[in-house]
Amino acid sequence: MDFQLDEDIQFLKNNIRNFVENEVEKVAMQIEKEDKIPERTIEMAKEMGLFGLSIPEEYGGLGIGMVGKCALYEELGKTHNGFTTLIGAHTGIGTVGIVELGNEEQKQKYLPDMASGKKIGAFALTEPEAGSNAANLKTTAVKNGDKYTLNGTKHYITNATEADVFTVMAVTDSSKGAKGITSFIVEKDFPGFQVGAIEEKMGLKGSHSAELILEDCEVPEENVLGEVGKGYVNALKILTNGRAGLAARNLGSCQKLLDMSMEYAQERKQFGVPIIEHQAVAHMIAEIGVETEALRSFTYRVAWMVDQGEKLIKEAAMLKLYGSEVYNRVADKALQIHGGVGYISDYPIERYFRDARITRIYEGTSEIQKNIIAGQLRKEYS
Amino acid sequence: MLEGERILMIIYVILKRTFDTEEKIVIQNGKISDDGAEFIINPYDEFAVEEAILLRDKHGGEVTVVSVGDEDNEKELRTALAMGADNAILINNEEVEEKDQHTTASILAAFFEDKAYDLILGGNVSNDNSTGQVGPRLAEQLNIPCVTTITDIEIEGDMVTVVRDAEGDTEILKTSIPLLATAQQGLNEPRYPSLPGIMKAKRKPLEEIDYDELGIDEDDIESLTETVTVFLPPEKQAGKILQGEAADQVKELVTCLHKETKVI
Ligand SMILES: Cc1cc2nc3c(=O)[nH]c(=O)nc-3n(C[C@H](O)[C@H](O)[C@H](O)COP(=O)(O)OP(=O)(O)OC[C@H]3O[C@@H](n4cnc5c(N)ncnc54)[C@H](O)[C@@H]3O)c2cc1C
Repeated sequence: MDFQLDEDIQFLKNNIRNFVENEVEKVAMQIEKEDKIPERTIEMAKEMGLFGLSIPEEYGGLGIGMVGKCALYEELGKTHNGFTTLIGAHTGIGTVGIVELGNEEQKQKYLPDMASGKKIGAFALTEPEAGSNAANLKTTAVKNGDKYTLNGTKHYITNATEADVFTVMAVTDSSKGAKGITSFIVEKDFPGFQVGAIEEKMGLKGSHSAELILEDCEVPEENVLGEVGKGYVNALKILTNGRAGLAARNLGSCQKLLDMSMEYAQERKQFGVPIIEHQAVAHMIAEIGVETEALRSFTYRVAWMVDQGEKLIKEAAMLKLYGSEVYNRVADKALQIHGGVGYISDYPIERYFRDARITRIYEGTSEIQKNIIAGQLRKEYS
Repeated sequence: MLEGERILMIIYVILKRTFDTEEKIVIQNGKISDDGAEFIINPYDEFAVEEAILLRDKHGGEVTVVSVGDEDNEKELRTALAMGADNAILINNEEVEEKDQHTTASILAAFFEDKAYDLILGGNVSNDNSTGQVGPRLAEQLNIPCVTTITDIEIEGDMVTVVRDAEGDTEILKTSIPLLATAQQGLNEPRYPSLPGIMKAKRKPLEEIDYDELGIDEDDIESLTETVTVFLPPEKQAGKILQGEAADQVKELVTCLHKETKVI
């Protein structure tokens, strides 16, 4: 067993750390206030190749495994989560479908531009009536000659306003339930495709989620992603393999909150001593430390399993659940350690507190993860 | 090809590994300790690397980065390769006991003796010792023109137009290739190495040579300077807030500047 990161990955990681510290942190407050990531910051991220994080080298990406990707996501997690989500949704659920399920032609057509960030990716599964019950899709895809016609509405789709390429799930055979769902690659310029209103939300400022309206949207047959009828399985596969990356981003945020809490607790004095001298505060620090470290071990273990090609439905669900819950607990304790400062918007703590909250909801709620875990355990023990 | 335009340039960048600008300096046994310190490409040398890449991309040619030091310098050389340099050379001088700027410049001079080059770029100063000597010393030994603290450079054929920062004033100079120039802040904004660039850098050549393979003798390059003591600047004292009527404050301020700080 080897817990050492490769030298190359360490090198990549250091570079992302420099970029995050020097370029993203300085605009974090601006992103929060304007709900917009400065063009220049996005441009620099593209120049650095951050958008090609999960794309193979032959299509212009980085070509690294999940352990490596997690090391990089961990660094990205240490800054504004809206920025991290723009990149994470693109490199995760936005591109992974084409990477893992696309045929050679689709990969050639889409991946190079997605690797450079010229084209942004998004993933559209959720609908007003299909949230946790994702198989309950109402969007239909009807075949007409060599085209499919899509009709329906998706909502809460991250990167919808920025994206050029969407992985969209739609029902091709309503008599077959989950087995009648197919994934499509839909371009924003296809006729009948429209982005609706942007949602105002609690956090993740700078990252935008919006509605997609498909009205007789024409999608060429060659844009079916994977097999017809395998869309639901595909969606779960894309989400499952993305779990480690999401956990790594949460891990980075936990580490950042630990760093900030340590600094504050050693500097802030009350009753004549730095507050870390008060045992109640020191214990909160200890708890943050333990949970962050446990999340780190678990994240890299699941990432390693992905790289080995192991089956990991249960572990991925456990990690999604654990990473999200830990991030929320850590954010809560970090805020408590900061006292009033933690609640004031001139400081970053309350932002992490709000941004942490979504991780228990999107990409499958905590409750749904528990259902998956219990289901898998019951299978194992039956 | 346009009249007078060079299409291929051979550019070298001399590069130093230095303390990260944010490191706290600790003195141990009369020496600056590098225990656990982070190292970077000297920021002024980073401007030089960036400029070399820009010039190569404009005129065609090749960029080689050269660093004198030990094996640890590989990291900074790899970073320069990841930014876009084509080759890297590490000249190991670990064995030389007493080193200063004369040592580095002499080793580099021996290295360049049998090389063809159009341009050698370096930083104006290093952020550690800040002597600004290596560039000019090297140019002197190679007997080529040298311009320091440049903020812009244009090359047309063999002619070079350089803008330099002369301690706040701007000077425009015309000179010719081969040339050694040292970079001042403002020359450009160095790029972050791209992630694919880092992966590609692994496959680029990084050659290591020992200084004594260059046919030089330790005695000839040994330090010409001697470090007598090393000490940290005195700790910053707490400020003083003047109070009372504005007119009284001004009087008190003048007295302070005159008697306490003795600046007037
Ligand atoms: C900011 C943001 C970004 C998003 N980005 C995307 C995106 O890019 N692409 C995309 O497709 N979707 C996206 N989503 C949608 C997200 O994945 C869903 O909101 C999420 O899956 C929950 O679905 P829901 O909102 O319909 O809640 P519901 O499913 O209605 O859940 C409501 C509550 O009921 C609980 N619940 C439901 N069913 C069960 C059950 N069987 N057992 C126990 N508890 C249950 C849930 O856990 C939850 O607590 C995003 C959402 C947000 C808010």
